[in-house]
Amino acid sequence: MEGIADMGGTEGWGPVHPPQGGEPVFEEPWQGRAFALTLLSIRVSGQNVDAFRHAQERLDPAAYLDDGYFGRWLNAAELMLTDSAILAPSAIDARARNLHGDHVEEPPIPEPAKPDYAPTAEGSLRAVDVPPAFAVGERVRAKNTSPPGHTRLPGYVRGHTGIVELIQPSALLPDTNAHFLGENPQHVYSVRFDSRQLWGTGAEPFAVTVELFESYLETTS
Amino acid sequence: MTTDGSGGRLPVALRTEALEQLLTERGLIDPKVMDGLITDYETNVGPLNGAKVVARAWTDPRYRRRLLEEGTAAIKELGFSGPQGEHIVVVENTATTHNVVVCTLCSCYPWPVLGLPPSWYKDPAYRARMVKEPRKVLSEMGLELAEDVRITVRDSTSEVRWLVLPERPAGTERLSEEQLVPLVTRDAMVGVAKVKAP
Repeated sequence: MEGIADMGGTEGWGPVHPPQGGEPVFEEPWQGRAFALTLLSIRVSGQNVDAFRHAQERLDPAAYLDDGYFGRWLNAAELMLTDSAILAPSAIDARARNLHGDHVEEPPIPEPAKPDYAPTAEGSLRAVDVPPAFAVGERVRAKNTSPPGHTRLPGYVRGHTGIVELIQPSALLPDTNAHFLGENPQHVYSVRFDSRQLWGTGAEPFAVTVELFESYLETTS
Repeated sequence: MTTDGSGGRLPVALRTEALEQLLTERGLIDPKVMDGLITDYETNVGPLNGAKVVARAWTDPRYRRRLLEEGTAAIKELGFSGPQGEHIVVVENTATTHNVVVCTLCSCYPWPVLGLPPSWYKDPAYRARMVKEPRKVLSEMGLELAEDVRITVRDSTSEVRWLVLPERPAGTERLSEEQLVPLVTRDAMVGVAKVKAP
């Protein structure tokens, strides 16, 4: 889907922040709690890592950006838990207010409605029983599509042509897995794009490789 | 997303505490499991793991070959595997080729060898710009590459995770594997820095 998360090539972010030595893993204690809570919430909500990434994509820009990486995780955890009706939509805020000294009524616990979903195996790697449609060295084009739901096809490569550099292990398709519509295993390709193909003749010379699922690609001939 | 009366969200630390309470009091999560996860990523799963992989590759040519051919298996030989490390591909930086890793769509990162990503890697400016002007971005981060160095940016869009095998610095020929480990930095294994001789 179009949204804040698909950042490749977008403008207006200012300078990068050079690495600082000695940065702690969690700069504030809540960040560690949010990290662990979110990992556990994926399971508690009966969802999966692709649904978690899609939950992040669905956040509005403020919820995505304002409290940084772990704030975005917490907000995505809330979305997964409310989507699966583990929590009522206002439950976290009501409890937070009460922790803050307010006396607000908390919503009742809803009837859980987890997705009808179970993985067929651990992790994301899955066998595919047809040979890869594309070969190493072949020219391929990333489809110029705008899927309405989750996808791992970044906007900046859509419609552009590259070369298959590597065939990676086949894996389940995030586009359907994130929506609990099946694993649809596919071949995965590392496709090498030339910077001038992506950004025009004035671009710095370099290459970028992107892992693309077979259904994201089409032939150029 | 609900807001408070002033139009902003409640403080994130408070909301985190609220969520932990809500899930704990219903027995849906165990705070001890949370503590274990946090401690693990604070103390065990970090860039020291990757540094051990790199130092082994620098001192053992057969291991280096296995690492570049079958990264996941070679890394597992040293005991490192787990979430966000299902399939790790190792690419080598040399005097003329330079790989640098980014995740433009979220902040995918090879946790078993590097731990959780540092703040600069998660920063929108890094995610947005590394695939458009890497030489300029690397320069802003303190790495000036010669004009003839070919740059390949690795955008981590699937579950494939990339690890950079940095170039072994000149002047370290006499150092042992154990002496090399502390020289190898996280930044070099992502490709935004080089390893410096001591």
